[in-house]
Amino acid sequence: MNLLNVTIDGIKLQVPEGTTVLDAAKLANVEIPTLCYLKDINEIGACRMCLVDVGAKALQTACVYPCSEGLNVITNSPKIRDIRKATLELILSNHDRSCLTCIRNQNCELQALADKLNVREISFDGVPKGLPLDNISKSIVRDNNKCILCRRCIAACNKIQTVGAINVMERGYDTIVSTADHRSIADVNCVNCGQCINVCPVGALYEKDNTQLVWDAIKDPDKYVIIQTAPSVRAGIGEEFGYPIGTPVTGKMVGAIKKLGFDKVFDTDTAADLTIMEEGTEFINRLNNKGKLPLITSCSPGWIKFCEHEFPEFIDNLSSCKSPQQMFGALIKSYYAEKNNIDPTKIFVVSVMPCTAKKFESDRDEMEQDVDVSITSRELARMIREAGIDFRTVEDAQFDNPLGEATGAGVIFGATGGVMEAALRTVYYILEGKRINELDVKPIRGTQGIKEATIKVAGIDVNVCAVSGLGNARKVLNMIKSGEKNYHFIEIMACPGGCVNGGGQPIVPAKIRNKIDIRAERAKALYSEDMRATYRNSDENEFVQKFYNEYAGAPGSHKAHELLHTHYIKRERYLSKK
Amino acid sequence: MCQNCNLDEKQKKLQEVLNKHKDTKGGLIPVLHEAQEIYGYLPLSVQETIANALGIPLSEVYGVVTFYTQFSLYPKGQYKIQVCLGTACYVKGSSNILDELKKQLGIEVGQCTKDGKFSLDACRCVGACGLAPVMMINEDVYGTLMPGDVANILKKY
Amino acid sequence: MKSLTELNEIKQKVIKTSDYKILVGMATCGIAAGANPVMTELKKIIQERNLNNIDLQLTGCIGICRLEPIVEVYDSRGDRYTYVKVDAKKAADIMQKHIIEGTPCTEYLICDDSDNCIKNILETKSFKKQIRIALRNCGNINPEHIDEYIQHDGYLALGKVLSSMQPQEVIKLVLDSGLRGRGGAGFPTGLKWKFAAAAQNDQKYVCCNADEGDPGAFMDRSVLEGDPHSILEAMAIAGYAIGSNQGYIYVRAEYPIAVKRLNLAIKQAKEYGLLGNNIFGTDFSFDIELRLGAGAFVCGEETALMTSIEGKRGEPRPRPPFPANKGLFGKPTILNNVETLANIPVIINKGPEWFNKIGTEKSKGTKVFAVGGKINNTGLIEIPMGMTLREIIYDIGGGIPNGKAFKAAQTGGPSGGCIPAEHLDVPIDYDNLVAIGSMMGSGGLIVMDEDNCMVDIAQFFLGFTVDESCGKCPPCRIGTRRMLELLEKITNGKGEDGDIEKLERLAYSIKEAALCGLGQTAPNPVLSTLRYFKDEYKAHIYKKSCPSGVCKHLLNYYIQPEKCVGCSICARNCPVSAISGVVKSPYKIDNEACIKCGVCYEKCKFGAIYKK
Repeated sequence: MNLLNVTIDGIKLQVPEGTTVLDAAKLANVEIPTLCYLKDINEIGACRMCLVDVGAKALQTACVYPCSEGLNVITNSPKIRDIRKATLELILSNHDRSCLTCIRNQNCELQALADKLNVREISFDGVPKGLPLDNISKSIVRDNNKCILCRRCIAACNKIQTVGAINVMERGYDTIVSTADHRSIADVNCVNCGQCINVCPVGALYEKDNTQLVWDAIKDPDKYVIIQTAPSVRAGIGEEFGYPIGTPVTGKMVGAIKKLGFDKVFDTDTAADLTIMEEGTEFINRLNNKGKLPLITSCSPGWIKFCEHEFPEFIDNLSSCKSPQQMFGALIKSYYAEKNNIDPTKIFVVSVMPCTAKKFESDRDEMEQDVDVSITSRELARMIREAGIDFRTVEDAQFDNPLGEATGAGVIFGATGGVMEAALRTVYYILEGKRINELDVKPIRGTQGIKEATIKVAGIDVNVCAVSGLGNARKVLNMIKSGEKNYHFIEIMACPGGCVNGGGQPIVPAKIRNKIDIRAERAKALYSEDMRATYRNSDENEFVQKFYNEYAGAPGSHKAHELLHTHYIKRERYLSKK
Repeated sequence: MCQNCNLDEKQKKLQEVLNKHKDTKGGLIPVLHEAQEIYGYLPLSVQETIANALGIPLSEVYGVVTFYTQFSLYPKGQYKIQVCLGTACYVKGSSNILDELKKQLGIEVGQCTKDGKFSLDACRCVGACGLAPVMMINEDVYGTLMPGDVANILKKY
Repeated sequence: MKSLTELNEIKQKVIKTSDYKILVGMATCGIAAGANPVMTELKKIIQERNLNNIDLQLTGCIGICRLEPIVEVYDSRGDRYTYVKVDAKKAADIMQKHIIEGTPCTEYLICDDSDNCIKNILETKSFKKQIRIALRNCGNINPEHIDEYIQHDGYLALGKVLSSMQPQEVIKLVLDSGLRGRGGAGFPTGLKWKFAAAAQNDQKYVCCNADEGDPGAFMDRSVLEGDPHSILEAMAIAGYAIGSNQGYIYVRAEYPIAVKRLNLAIKQAKEYGLLGNNIFGTDFSFDIELRLGAGAFVCGEETALMTSIEGKRGEPRPRPPFPANKGLFGKPTILNNVETLANIPVIINKGPEWFNKIGTEKSKGTKVFAVGGKINNTGLIEIPMGMTLREIIYDIGGGIPNGKAFKAAQTGGPSGGCIPAEHLDVPIDYDNLVAIGSMMGSGGLIVMDEDNCMVDIAQFFLGFTVDESCGKCPPCRIGTRRMLELLEKITNGKGEDGDIEKLERLAYSIKEAALCGLGQTAPNPVLSTLRYFKDEYKAHIYKKSCPSGVCKHLLNYYIQPEKCVGCSICARNCPVSAISGVVKSPYKIDNEACIKCGVCYEKCKFGAIYKK
């Protein structure tokens, strides 16, 4: 690899061939402002904020301009400042500047840039766009009046997720991020994964806010409000309160939630253990009885909807298990209600998820109203702030019991490969009678998009695969279709890196996303909790054992199926039928 | 345009076009041109067929269709009526002319009559303000219009 | 075709022995003017009267579009007669009197500026000043017969290149000629080919930019309709030079006749083995595919054009990477304008030194201009670089009609600027035009007189740019729109102090920050009119008046009492009832209520209304 000598603002350094001016500047600790740039996802030089002087006739965009030997770059000068300001003024002149009431107030890249460039006046004002809000979807709201057309969402939806629900339409001044036929995303093949929200620099994309429903339920003396939190939430929510990326804040999270007034604060991870029992049994069944293989996990509703639109031929491969969120709600409103003499109609189940698709999932016709409201990590953070709770000084608290004691297997669900590993721990134990060697499962860990391993179990070489990101899911499914690959068990998570990077997690600005692998950092929190757990295998969960003994019989029983399993539907590929 | 073909024949022709271009690099735009030749415009259903055949998401196809002015989402009639809504015409009542046309033809602006005969559009100043209000049907210019004139003019076509 | 010898045979072969050759101009201009009935009538007469000593052909645009339909008659003595504004009846007359009876119809012949009727176009003052290289065959050959192209030295250059030159030699020849891109930017063609030749890749592409989108420009159209083979030959030569076997011609869908003639030319060239596999029996193969545009001016931009061929929205891409390294489908690609390519075969045949002698030091050769606007002789001309604007307008163009004063000439279309009277004697070439605030552009040249408002002209061009912006980058997408809004404000009489400074700041920022040439040059019409005609802007803003009497909202209409007979037609037609009076007495216009629509002005039969 060739090294090039370049100079950035007078600082001399050596960079590998192929480095962009933007990255070279970072190495020299020189920060060049960007808006549309998102490393590896959106590198198009469109917003023109990163223009620098490279000694060419015209200014060049640092984000895509390649370094060359002897390149001399000036990143800041009166001329460059003037032009950056003018460009930003133009963007602002076309932007709905109601920052005070905007969901991204104080966490907005446009706000930050305007402040940084010292823009105090917008000299060229224009008529507000007055475009309608798209808030029909259960998960995601789109506000084109705030959109700055950076196209990061389109890159996420088309390049990374290969869903293609949104794209850029029309031309010139009327250019707009929209869907085919300008329909609501609810009426096209959007899978609700929310990756678009995660990459949006401004308030043009955000989750459907259901917090009022939760406040109302808590206030209602007639309702018995139970909250469950997914594993990824504890790995991310600390960032909303100033903690470094991936700080595990389980104790404070539970403590803060308890101050909000819920009747019970439980851990979704317990239901995750239950899911493993059901799904592990399902897998063994299919393995032994020549059932449909590969078995594909079904706890990611973004993946499920993607399967229903794009790969309906794999619907029969899907596990019929509900996701942990749904299983939780189902057993609360049956087993738990019975055991504690609570009228199930009065129980209101709230789930906190790193996920926007869970809002859609909880409302599916195919699920009974197991979960009443699903809110994202971000909404929980807003509730905590609104309630005046100082998160950082809350005393650590424990989940309530009995659904508060999950095993380590339940916790790692939030990382890509976690579900697979949890399942393998229990399946291996059931078939072999002893615990699996952790080294054998290691290939399944990590933030890589497609990971495979082969585990020898009961005399069979079981091929497993863990996929995250729908673009990778498409690759793997096509390889199965073509016969190139042969797996027994596949875990598919819609979000790259798994749920820790879900569409409902705290928003990390591009500046940090380009530097730190948030998926790896947040996953670390989960794996460390797994290491410290008393029990690390789902089959060891006492509550789950009790549930079967007292209520459902055995995993895969008729009762278990009634309560804990679901089915899926084939959907139109692109446009919902009107 | 394949005016005398029925829907089945059009679908067959579209399939032939898609087969012809399945290996054409960057074939979406040639396909869209030929599809518009067959159907007279590019309805959503045709875009869906093209999207599925070429393996391109429908949203991307729609994005290409709406970028280029030659591609039309709405059928254009055999006779394209354009009513000038420039200031002079507007003030002289061209919007009344437009309303009368809508009534007579039973369509909205941007639409086409079911038999494909007339399409209705508003346009910018055609530069005949002395004849305000003005409308054009294909290349024929009609000026100093009253709503009552509309029916007689339409009869000519 | 396996060798140059075979080519020569066709060249020498006399297709028909005939006493008379008749050429009917059937480019878009000719057909729009009514050439079809003329051709039909001539064919009819030839058939009815069994005249088999006549060679009747269609031909392309000869450049005097305002005089179409044009019929040229060549007799066996070599005399040439140019008949203009021909219709079916005149055609019949010509057949009878000239062809059959032997007496030319002098009353139908072309006239020169002083209205003396002369014999043919070559004798006009305008034609004498032209050097026709790119347009050499337009109007002289039938573009639908490949043999005619061959008879006029067609495919000789390709044969020469393939049989006796190495790719590097071809590139050096083009470099030495000094040919610069005729699409507007003026980049040295040889250099472009050199970069692409140096790129290492199994697959390379040669693209032709036939997306001529400047309003008022039709140079490329004439070449495509009148001499399509010249482009095919040039592309094959370029392919050989850079190591490419595939060419694409991106032609706008609004040129159906060009599309038809190109398709026909490609078919005929393939039949002769001049395109396709093993051309001239060598191991060089080259194929050409047509790709239609779909109504987006921005697709004339290099990277946008390639993105469009790739089946996407025609949005430009940042450079680097440059197309010579990574262009169409990610492969090394060259993109040349139609007119640039039309020069190539001649440069190969006559040599770079010959080409060098024409033009100025840094701008060699000729340039085709489409001259329009307030000028007597509108049409296409091809002149050597270095000719002055004064010569173009007065010697070739016949001056400004109606005795009006010249105000400015606009070159470069929506990317260019205007040239005021003070620069009438600047020699026209790439660098001089940039120095005075304009640019060569593709060749559109619009002449304006004292009755044109320069603010209105700037607004017109900016309106076009706003419509055609692709929308990818904020400076162009939003900036040009904000500029247009400012101009509309000014021409509507709502201009304020500080607006000119805002315009300048916007213009400067957009120029520096926009992603592609469309955005970078969009402010030029505004900047150049501000440079030379700031007083007009100031009048609009501070005096709320339009000195040229164009901007409707700044005009006041007045009735001259001496001329007004009180017929009341104006009052009856006024849409806002702003005119009052008593029948048979002079009427009066209330300027507060007046919406400046101009209907009264149009309706008055007595010329009693004037605007100021």
